[in-house]
Amino acid sequence: MAMFAKFKSGLQKTRDFFTQGFTKIAGNLGRFDEDMLEELSMLMIQADVSVSSTEFIIGRVKDHIKATGDTRVEAVLEVIRQAMSDALGPTCHLDIDPNVLNVILMVGVNGTGKTTTTGKLAWAYKQQGYKVVMAAADTFRAAAIDQLEVWAERSEADLIKGEQGSDPASVVFNAIQAAKSRSAQVLIVDTAGRLHNKKNLMDELAKIRRIIGREAGDAKVTSLLVIDATTGQNALFQAQAFNEVTDLDGLVITKLDGNAKGGIALTVAREAQLPIYFAGLGEQIDDLQEFDRESYINSLIPEEISQGKA
Amino acid sequence: MFSSLSDKLTDITRRMKGQGRIREKDLKDMMREIRLALLEADVNYQVVKEFTQDVSEKAKGAEVLESLTPGNQIVKIVHESLIDILGGEQEKLAVSPSGFTKIILYGLQGVGKTTTAGKLAKHLKENGKKPFLVSVDVHRPAAQDQLAVLAESIEVPYYIDPTNPSAIDIAKKGEERARYLMADTLIVDTAGRMTIDQDMMDELKAVNDQVQPDERLLIVDAMIGQEAVNIALEFNQQIGIDGFIMTKLDGDARGGAALSIRKITGKPIKMIATGEKLEDFEPFYPDRMASRILGMGDVLTLIEKAEQQMDEKLAQKSLERLKRNQFTLDDLLDQFLQIDKMGGMEKMLSMMPGAARLPDGAMDEAVINRYVAIIRSMTPRERNSYKLLNASRRKRIAQGSGTTVQEVNQLIRQYEQMQSLMKQFSGKNMGNIGKLKRLFGNKLPF
Repeated sequence: MAMFAKFKSGLQKTRDFFTQGFTKIAGNLGRFDEDMLEELSMLMIQADVSVSSTEFIIGRVKDHIKATGDTRVEAVLEVIRQAMSDALGPTCHLDIDPNVLNVILMVGVNGTGKTTTTGKLAWAYKQQGYKVVMAAADTFRAAAIDQLEVWAERSEADLIKGEQGSDPASVVFNAIQAAKSRSAQVLIVDTAGRLHNKKNLMDELAKIRRIIGREAGDAKVTSLLVIDATTGQNALFQAQAFNEVTDLDGLVITKLDGNAKGGIALTVAREAQLPIYFAGLGEQIDDLQEFDRESYINSLIPEEISQGKA
Repeated sequence: MFSSLSDKLTDITRRMKGQGRIREKDLKDMMREIRLALLEADVNYQVVKEFTQDVSEKAKGAEVLESLTPGNQIVKIVHESLIDILGGEQEKLAVSPSGFTKIILYGLQGVGKTTTAGKLAKHLKENGKKPFLVSVDVHRPAAQDQLAVLAESIEVPYYIDPTNPSAIDIAKKGEERARYLMADTLIVDTAGRMTIDQDMMDELKAVNDQVQPDERLLIVDAMIGQEAVNIALEFNQQIGIDGFIMTKLDGDARGGAALSIRKITGKPIKMIATGEKLEDFEPFYPDRMASRILGMGDVLTLIEKAEQQMDEKLAQKSLERLKRNQFTLDDLLDQFLQIDKMGGMEKMLSMMPGAARLPDGAMDEAVINRYVAIIRSMTPRERNSYKLLNASRRKRIAQGSGTTVQEVNQLIRQYEQMQSLMKQFSGKNMGNIGKLKRLFGNKLPF
């Protein structure tokens, strides 16, 4: 339950934003009309929901109104809630199979929080009683290895590292051998941030993915794209490009407790057809949470808006 | 991956062919496309709204330049308006008259502050300054080490103290150290923070009060979404902003935040970061940023080139001759040379949205160059009446141009195809010019 509380408080500013927005738009009348739907679109766009996904949601509202003539706020909110739920797709959990090695590959552009997420995730699996190994495959960024070392101390997970500037694929290779010989259940690979339009860096990532496939053939591999919730529409291009190279399984949305309203999460989930596994909701070690669809939607769509003034 | 704005605008203008002015309805459709393009570029929606209203006013009844389609005309107006907002003049970094300049860098987590600090130090050093780096990031693990590694790689002195929990104290000691070493520019790298985290904002305020900087630079990630404006306003209100630096512009994000922040805060972009290496640090050019935000490659450069370099009279002459079915190999040579003048076919195609529709190698640079050589190896008489070209003449031409007879034949065949197209092509039947253009790529300079 504490988890829901955290989710809720992390998304408080998003909730405030939307509740105020809805109240301003339709609070007094208690109903929606055409102009209000336009304003509603703008509200979503301001939260970084893409134009296309906004049109999808508003389209559903229009269909509903056309079919039923019901323009009451509660009814419209329910339609939006349902449309968002469909946009987000089914809920997914990252279950650890204790019989094989579970490799979790963290990828993403620079500065989204891959290293922090790796550390937090290692801690979480450690708490669940698994043997966890982390691979410091970011050999590029200055002091990235030191940063992960701090997380290794905090989480008490094992860390396999190389020299700064060394071939990250060799670090991954060593980490897989270490994970096998130590009978670890979980191996989390932290990779260097890379912009998805840089071919050589993406090739390097493809090589890492190949090494994992070759050296840990029977492992359960999960590729997670880490997206900063503050990101705008570029996140879609990130998802496409990383998916081509590492065959993504899902997303981690970080900094969801931050400034942004996080509408990009819904946008990428819908338009790239990728489930969101985790949400980063703070800087503490236990602030990485399983993505909770209901809480997320509730943060976007207020359960009720103050009305009765009509 | 995305269809460009100019493609969409071209679609709209296709149906308004031959109109000398832009009509109200077309304008409305175009404004919708521009609005969408700007929103896709993450320009703040309020800014988009105001911007499209302004452009709409400017575009109403604007004369369409002869060399431009109405669609391109609108793009031009949009582009110019964007440059206006982004600021015409390039703004320099502040230098304190005291001889000791203090710069503080701040922003959200993960935007690239530490790397930017290193880049800025390198940039200053190369410009004859004596920079000194301090990291007061007491929050992110190994952040100070990261700065130390960067500083050492560019041989710039620095101060860190990972055991000291007080950012203010590190800032103070760092400045003392910098003054002791007779540095002339102090760069203070701070921890990333969200503006809604009041404790962290208070810390930054305290550091700012301690440092008393001459230049307060907000570091902004080019990929940031709609929230950019609120973040900038919040930092401006609580700390104050003198300018900002946009990072990660080597990615494919359009960087619409540059427009939003500039418009809302009025503060200039001072530098941009364009790569992972420390030398990837450049001054900011408003016109390049404007093209980027519009997501249109260099189509504007192409428009400009067309405006500057296209020889209107020559093109007109060719068109007339085409119509009268007197299009000789000499005219064809002129066309090829025009293409060359505009930076070559490949360059032109790469600048043109929609060029992807052309088959690969349909008209690459080398082919054009060979064709030019072939025509130039012909006598004036041959150029005027290609029927003269018998086997021995073709052999001579091939030798003279360093090509093969097959290539000469190929050129003649293509020229014949053009001729037969032109026979169908009368003044009334303009549609065929499309076929003609397809034969030689989308855009012949007529």
